[in-house]
Amino acid sequence: MADFNILSWVTFLPLAGVVLIMLTGGKEEVAARNARAVALLTTLVTFVLSLGIWYMFDNSQGGFQMVEKAEWLGGGINYHMGVDGISMLFIILTTFLMPICVLASWDAITTRVREYMIAFLIMETLMIGVFCALDMVMFYLFFEAGLIPMFLIIGIWGGKNRVYASYKFFLYTLLGSVLMLAAMITMYVIAGTTDIPTLMATNFDSNLQLWLWLAFFASFAVKVPMWPVHTWLPDAHVQAPTAGSVILAGVLLKMGGYGLLRFSIPMFPEASEYFTPLVFFMSVVAIIYTSLVALVQKDMKKLIAYSSVAHMGFITIGVFTFTQQGLEGGILQMISHGIVSGALFLCVGVVYDRLHTREIARYGGLVHRMPKYALIFMFFTMATIGLPGTSGFVGEFLILVGAYQVSTVTAFFATTGVILGAAYSLWLYRRVVFGELVKEDLKTMLDVNKREIAIFVPLIAVALWIGVYPDPFLDVMHASVTNLMEQHQASMEMVKSSLHAAK
Amino acid sequence: MMYVLIVFLPLIASLIAGLGGRKIGDRGSQIVTTGAVATSAILSWVAFFQVAIGGNPLTIELFTWIDSGSFDVSWSLRIDTLTAVMLVVVNTVSSLVHLYSIGYMSHDPHKPRFMAYLSLFTFAMLMLVTADNFLQLYFGWEGVGLASYLLIGFWYKKPSANAASMKAFVVNRVGDFGFALGIMAIYLVFDSISFDTVFAAASSEAGNTFNFLGFEVDILTTICLLLFVGAMGKSAQLGLHTWLPDAMEGPTPVSALIHAATMVTAGVFMVARCSPIFEFSPTALAVVTVVGASTAFFAATIGLVQNDIKRVIAYSTCSQLGYMFFAIGVGAYPIAIFHLFTHAFFKALLFLGSGSVIHAVSDEQDMRKMGGLWKHIKVTYIMMFIGTLALTGFPFLSGFYSKDAIIEAAYAFGPGVGEYAFWCGVGAAVMTSFYSWRLVFMTFHGKPRADKEVMSHVHESPQVMLIPLYVLAIGALGAGFVFAPYFIGEHYKEFWGTAIFLSETNTVMEEFHHPPLWVILLPLGAMLLGLLVSWNMYVRRTDIPVQLAKTHSALYQFLLNKWYFDELYDYVFVRPSKWLGKKLWAIGDTMIIDGLGPNGVAARVVDLAKRASMLQSGYVYHYAFAMLIGIAAFVSFFFLSGGGH
Repeated sequence: MADFNILSWVTFLPLAGVVLIMLTGGKEEVAARNARAVALLTTLVTFVLSLGIWYMFDNSQGGFQMVEKAEWLGGGINYHMGVDGISMLFIILTTFLMPICVLASWDAITTRVREYMIAFLIMETLMIGVFCALDMVMFYLFFEAGLIPMFLIIGIWGGKNRVYASYKFFLYTLLGSVLMLAAMITMYVIAGTTDIPTLMATNFDSNLQLWLWLAFFASFAVKVPMWPVHTWLPDAHVQAPTAGSVILAGVLLKMGGYGLLRFSIPMFPEASEYFTPLVFFMSVVAIIYTSLVALVQKDMKKLIAYSSVAHMGFITIGVFTFTQQGLEGGILQMISHGIVSGALFLCVGVVYDRLHTREIARYGGLVHRMPKYALIFMFFTMATIGLPGTSGFVGEFLILVGAYQVSTVTAFFATTGVILGAAYSLWLYRRVVFGELVKEDLKTMLDVNKREIAIFVPLIAVALWIGVYPDPFLDVMHASVTNLMEQHQASMEMVKSSLHAAK
Repeated sequence: MMYVLIVFLPLIASLIAGLGGRKIGDRGSQIVTTGAVATSAILSWVAFFQVAIGGNPLTIELFTWIDSGSFDVSWSLRIDTLTAVMLVVVNTVSSLVHLYSIGYMSHDPHKPRFMAYLSLFTFAMLMLVTADNFLQLYFGWEGVGLASYLLIGFWYKKPSANAASMKAFVVNRVGDFGFALGIMAIYLVFDSISFDTVFAAASSEAGNTFNFLGFEVDILTTICLLLFVGAMGKSAQLGLHTWLPDAMEGPTPVSALIHAATMVTAGVFMVARCSPIFEFSPTALAVVTVVGASTAFFAATIGLVQNDIKRVIAYSTCSQLGYMFFAIGVGAYPIAIFHLFTHAFFKALLFLGSGSVIHAVSDEQDMRKMGGLWKHIKVTYIMMFIGTLALTGFPFLSGFYSKDAIIEAAYAFGPGVGEYAFWCGVGAAVMTSFYSWRLVFMTFHGKPRADKEVMSHVHESPQVMLIPLYVLAIGALGAGFVFAPYFIGEHYKEFWGTAIFLSETNTVMEEFHHPPLWVILLPLGAMLLGLLVSWNMYVRRTDIPVQLAKTHSALYQFLLNKWYFDELYDYVFVRPSKWLGKKLWAIGDTMIIDGLGPNGVAARVVDLAKRASMLQSGYVYHYAFAMLIGIAAFVSFFFLSGGGH
């Protein structure tokens, strides 16, 4: 198996699907059908293959595994891939969500189906690439290029206001990434390499660290998104087609959190420590602010988008606690949020496909015609509230436990999000699903069909699995997280001793 | 294995009825769920005799739940006396309620769903009482909250039911907020959240302080108070009680099971379970006493004037929970749990009895439209009569043993909070007797106030609904007499074993047996006083209540409107939240963030792009181009700097 470059295979396999779709032509209907089938097959095979990564993964190792390295541009810029306990699960999350996205678009997308599927498959390659890349240049390419298909997905297959939304999305992310690019160049000049593991071991000057940290943070904070650079997300979600929202909430947002874990914390430990209060402040504001805003939304997708911002606020808190529980909780919460919020967007998609509106007031009493749908929606509402036994709880609670050790004030205010979260989620559910069925056009709505059930069942299974028995997921993380913490502590001690020496 | 079955049978039954309800039909789901819970109930009694009476507690570990660093939690079943008592209470009442529901819900189109929810609730409650660590306790805690939410809102067509279910969940979340912070504090201090570890180490932390929100505070007091906030939410104590009366929107069997006998007592259970921590914090116990005593009194005052038959009993429950808490506050944990035990029987009896009444008068709940029913539904009348006697503490019935013991314990605790609790308890006892008899008199005596149409349909409930009443009546009659020696009498130490911890200085359990005579007689006098006043007002001279309401209209309105708690909370929390949300959205997001940032810029770009091309795909080139420039800049920089060699 040593010669089998599984990471590259998983990363680039979706491109084979792209080629196949391009080769199939014919009449539009036939081509669409073929494109769907090819996309589904490709994403499924990719998912199965990606499970091989998990199978081969050695939980006891804290460093990078399944490493592939080859000369690329020269001068310290290499083709370098590898995974550790932090990145591995994100790859699985991506490959897991993709077939679901394809299925979710099965009937909803009727125009330019081939192009749509191609965009999604390219997207998949780029997203997996982000999590595998161990070279900054590669990371940057995957990270930035991923925006193009997403931009297209929103801009072409999106809602009425798609152009505005896609530009907002584009402007925010571009601004952030320009700063990140500048920081990367600086780092390259100093270290003479773009190799991530090497850079992790490089000690940057304390003052410089602050600037580099801020530059990276600009990019990741937009991606997460953190308050106050979050306003692109509700618009992007509202305009994106269902599957686009799933990928956006499920994977793209996680790139921000992943970036913080991969770059900011290990490479700039001092700056990370220095800026922790800022991150806590922004996160707590995000949790309370966006929860309150979510409370008054009139559009289902916007409400869930705002709740996403609040949930991501928990994650950034967890990551910056530098405690085992906080970090592991943060990673697990990202996985969980990817599944749960993705599922909530799919829930909205189900009714949107039938009535073509996301306005909450247009619904009400759906439970009468759609009992199965009501059950599914209830499950994910409870998961997003963080009911124990669902995946939402484990991550959230670990984060809060971690936060409490570092700052009781942060934990205290973050926990208020638990109350607000229940309020806006249950209120949404009540307005959409409960009540008398009075609106005429709702009386003919059909319950979820077999395809839709096939979409939701795996999501429910995983959400329950993480909720009841998260051990397999946490086991993957232990070694790498411990590694990260130890490095962080070591560098903090070094700073302390050098301060003493200076005195 | 038996213990695993006790806990998981209801879950399995719930899944079968919930997901396969359509396949196995109404009857099938009723049989499956009732059968499973009844089996659990029988096994629970076996467990009770093995563990509590036989005295051998045990813990079964199932599998790891969360393991992150030293935060290591497992799913496990802890069976000691306290758990065994709860198992008996939960499963007995639950199986009777299941049986009763077959009759009560016979006209409802969603029987399988109802039965599934009931069983799901039972499972969550069992997980709660068998928890071996704080997190599993929290799991059960939220699980019963979910079941309660689903059942209160069972009739989802009714807006009032939906509002009530949401209120219950959110208000409980406020309590859980404190509970969760308490668990975090426990982990920080003890580096573990397993009961055994924490309880063993609690004494060594007595008097130590830590930083909480910037203040140096006593560790154990803070932890206890945070946990108690959780208990207040679940057990509807003063301040967080507002959800309980509204919860009566749910079907009556639900009120009996969840909002009288089991779930609402979870707070009492939790505090009793944490006795090894609470015993080291006199401050926290004083708070518990005051809150409990105030709730007992406050809820009773509201109960005096309510007209909805279920709401009267709901406030009565709230008040009785207050009794349990101040019993704990004065250190009499065994008496609190004993009252929990007896209360479960007679309160469930009262609720199911009132359900039988409601069933008889075509779903009417307003007592002003009842009256004179006793001739038509004699069995129900007798059952309600027994329940009322037991609740008001008629000698040798179950309430007599537990409630009077609580009042005596408060007296024995001595001056200060003990005295306050004692007088609140006595005052509440008068009112309890008054409103309980008022309920009986208004419902069953006097002239019928219902219209002829309704009166002609009045009928006794079927046997399937009456049998649970008989069983509960036996409990209401005899549970106190039979079990008092074990729970609070001479055998109490052997009975409780290590399940409840009493510190060496805590002698309430010895002292309450020897109060002065007047303290023994006072509760009896209170009961008689309440009965006489009630009889005078609702049987002898029925014009008095109307007169009183007129002459003291301010007080009457104040009580009728439940001390205006709902209005206050709406004004202080609900509206400002919505207002703030709207402002943050309109001003924060739209005006400031978007207005200054992207909108200005985006508007220009869109203009440009529109002019440049009408093709959507055209836009992407801009972006690709920008990225290419970036890469080009990077690569050229890299070559210029000589890195290529």
